[in-house]
Amino acid sequence: MPGKAVLSGVHFMNGDEAIAEGALAAGCRFFAAYPITPQSEIAERLAARLPRIGGVFIQMEDELAAMAAVVGAAWGGDKAMTATSGPGFSLMMENLGLAVMTETPCVVANVQRAGPSTGLPTAVGQGDMMQARWGSHGHYELIALCPYSPQEAFDLTVRAFALAERFRSPVLIMTDEVVGHMYEKVEIPAEVVEARRRTPQVPPEGFLPYKPDEDLVPPMACAGEGYRIHVTGLTHDERGYPDMSADAQDRLVRRLCEKIKRYPDEYTLWEEHSLEDADVAVISYGISARVALGAVELARKKGIKAGLLRLITTWPFPNEVVRSLAERVQGMVTVEINLGQMSREVERAVQGKVPLGGVYHAGGRIHRPEEVLAGIEEVI
Amino acid sequence: MPVKEKKQAPPPEIAQGRHPMEKYLRTDRIPHIWCAGCGLGTTVSSFLYAMDNLGLDPDSVAVISGIGCTGRVAGYVRMDSYHTTHGRPIPFATGLKLAKPDMKAVVFSGDGDLFAIGGNHFIHAARRNLDINVICVNNLNYGMTGGQAGPTTPLGGRCTTSPYGNFEHPFNLVYLAASAGAPYVARWTSLDVRRLQRAIEEMLVRKGFAFLEIIAPCPTNYGRRNKLGEGLDELRYYAEHAVIEHGADPADTEILPGKDFLVGKFVDEEEPTYWEMYQDKVAELEGGRR
Ligand code: SF4
Repeated sequence: MPGKAVLSGVHFMNGDEAIAEGALAAGCRFFAAYPITPQSEIAERLAARLPRIGGVFIQMEDELAAMAAVVGAAWGGDKAMTATSGPGFSLMMENLGLAVMTETPCVVANVQRAGPSTGLPTAVGQGDMMQARWGSHGHYELIALCPYSPQEAFDLTVRAFALAERFRSPVLIMTDEVVGHMYEKVEIPAEVVEARRRTPQVPPEGFLPYKPDEDLVPPMACAGEGYRIHVTGLTHDERGYPDMSADAQDRLVRRLCEKIKRYPDEYTLWEEHSLEDADVAVISYGISARVALGAVELARKKGIKAGLLRLITTWPFPNEVVRSLAERVQGMVTVEINLGQMSREVERAVQGKVPLGGVYHAGGRIHRPEEVLAGIEEVI
Repeated sequence: MPVKEKKQAPPPEIAQGRHPMEKYLRTDRIPHIWCAGCGLGTTVSSFLYAMDNLGLDPDSVAVISGIGCTGRVAGYVRMDSYHTTHGRPIPFATGLKLAKPDMKAVVFSGDGDLFAIGGNHFIHAARRNLDINVICVNNLNYGMTGGQAGPTTPLGGRCTTSPYGNFEHPFNLVYLAASAGAPYVARWTSLDVRRLQRAIEEMLVRKGFAFLEIIAPCPTNYGRRNKLGEGLDELRYYAEHAVIEHGADPADTEILPGKDFLVGKFVDEEEPTYWEMYQDKVAELEGGRR
């Protein structure tokens, strides 16, 4: 394994490996995880790579510990990531909430497999999309990105680290088993801009660790920097001290949500295919979007004006993008490997303006383009 | 023959109602939430005196707590201090320590936090010999949530969730830590303030995983339900029943109600730490550093 952080050049690698390389390129120097399929290649690659570039890889005793260690490492000043799949994602929800509440920048990759429970451990699923949004208790916002190729897995991981620092928030990479295990060309640029942490601009005296800047994000003082701050998962005031009042709770939780919701342009990514003249829009993400693209081509061959809206950012949901699309088309079909999760968001955004369809599968395989085509035909 | 107490004026800070170790405390958060007679105050004082005696720079020490009465320790010390999730201070400290290897990571938490919900993390951190100090204040029950039975509640102990007397076998934390590979294992009671301070000083300067169990009274919950009297009565009980035996076999350190129990330093060995082993491995690799 090479001893440089950014492997500039053209490579042949799978999506899992591309996530690992994206993390290193973005400046990640701490990775903690617990073995689980189908994320193993991320951990295995980082176990080989991190010790050679001055970083730390540690295999923890479970995913509770992996996520907690990532939050701890971020407070130690590192850019930190963990990766998991299905059951491990469930265990991470606890400390994902801690990261949200303490405003800890970090990245979590979930290589989705089919659930519930142990489900199909080695086969694809997209059933964790709502869990990504609502899995930890309490009300919060976070950003989730869905790559549909190894190249995009690399690019979005780099992006995820930048967004995590920008918003001081955990950022999720919600990929899936097929993208994770798919080998393709991945081009790593000559230079990658490392994510930057926003540090205090004032001396320790008078520094309020949870006093936000104008954009609602507070600068972050890490351990050992002389700020002697207190960090707690309890509801807290600007000093970081617990405040058990309903007012403090409302103020804090609103700010935590608002700091992300206020800036959709900074993280809302999507791609449109053949939508200019489309009557039917297929909405999909991750590996399902790749299949849907094939189905759109089949439909076009049959003379049906279909197009694809590929969601790259799934959380916060791009309401505006979907709403405005609803004004242009006559029907929409959501394609995903679950029995209808993001389709609920589509429904909310569209508010009955056009008929909606869905092509769902509970997991274990990707869709066949013909199934998606049938869904398109059904909605027109 | 009873010794006559020498009348001595309290040090000036105390006379003014201030804590002598105030420089290490978040005085703007005092008064603390702990009950009168609770053992937690003395354990925190011992820790701060240990810091002071060693002349440690507070910026070189991070205190990490979980959830519970002891979990609040992190909120009162004026250092980088982290009040994490229930049971997770050790993995949090693992990440922080590996990101900042030059800092000391001190985990201060309770018996329920560290040995029930967080038990798995404890044994693995001990096995890895991570450079972490773990101070467990063992009050035999869950104080914060109102006195439920926990993993160290003695047989027969009455708690809100063992109303007819506890019939689960408790952990002997000393034996557990030693079995998991902790190279430093000690136990004292909150009565032994000087010895506590000395033990914490030893932990702060040594490398590797160091574990200290502090038996402390919880008069509000465990003490009251088990008719142990006020906090002071429990200290009296320790004075009568705690027997110092350094180097005793950890298997012989069980705590049984009404019986003498052993305190002291049971394990003190030099073992290569996780970080040393990591560094050695890195040094073998071409291009490795850190
Ligand atoms: S409940 Fe018990 S442990 Fe908690 S502060 Fe009160 S006396 Fe101390």
